[in-house]
Amino acid sequence: MITMTKDTMQIVREQDVVPFRNRVRELSTKIGMSLVNQTKLITAASELVRNMLKYANGGKIILEIISKNGQTGVRLTFVDEGPGIENIPQAMQDGFSTGRSLGLGLPGAKRLVNEFDIKSKVGSGTTVTVTHWKNGR
Amino acid sequence: MERIPILKMGPFLLVTIQVDLYDRLALNLENDLINMVSKTGARGVLIDISAVNIVDSFMGRILGNIASMSRIMDAETVVVGMQPAVAITLVELGLTLQGVHTALNVEKGMELLYDKTDILTEQAEEDNDGETDDHDD
Repeated sequence: MITMTKDTMQIVREQDVVPFRNRVRELSTKIGMSLVNQTKLITAASELVRNMLKYANGGKIILEIISKNGQTGVRLTFVDEGPGIENIPQAMQDGFSTGRSLGLGLPGAKRLVNEFDIKSKVGSGTTVTVTHWKNGR
Repeated sequence: MERIPILKMGPFLLVTIQVDLYDRLALNLENDLINMVSKTGARGVLIDISAVNIVDSFMGRILGNIASMSRIMDAETVVVGMQPAVAITLVELGLTLQGVHTALNVEKGMELLYDKTDILTEQAEEDNDGETDDHDD
């Protein structure tokens, strides 16, 4: 796997979400991703960045264009230093929420992207990585 | 603070969302709309989202809330102009916007509102009543 471009954005308040979404759109347009796939990736990103703000008061996001086996894609890594998730399988269930929301954020984001990985340690934080390939497969 | 304008058009309220939504802005819109329905006695609310590129679970929930709250206040809500990519993404995310009326464009949305609220029939009945009285004399 080769990383072609890489940059980082800090998210500390709600308004930071808009420029972040625009940056994801720029990257996915740059690699020629279709509109539907762009929308899926940005929507997933929007869910994950909300979680980061809500549960961890923000964090940082690494945005990359990567290439693997001749495929190009966008990879986003959400890193926070929040309270962490105690029970990941439970958090990944549709309709489960500790925060009075619909509970679609994590499972919905997973359905929208090609690759999804979540790691969390209680007391030290959560890292979510998502990758969406140019052709959406 | 940034706000989305609400226009009054006869018995209906019209909202065209032209900016990228973030959570606070969507919450303000929900609040403003319900207050406007109460203040003006509007019978319908039309929300045009044709310029909205992203609807995630939070904004989807706000749209549902606006529809439910308006209904309790005796007003119908129609969401119009959803982009195909947004519709595909919403369903995959797991959000089907139950209870929210939708239409393809503003024109069809207006027709639907007139249909749902029976305003035209009410007006016609009033007119007819007047005519019948005249003929009886």
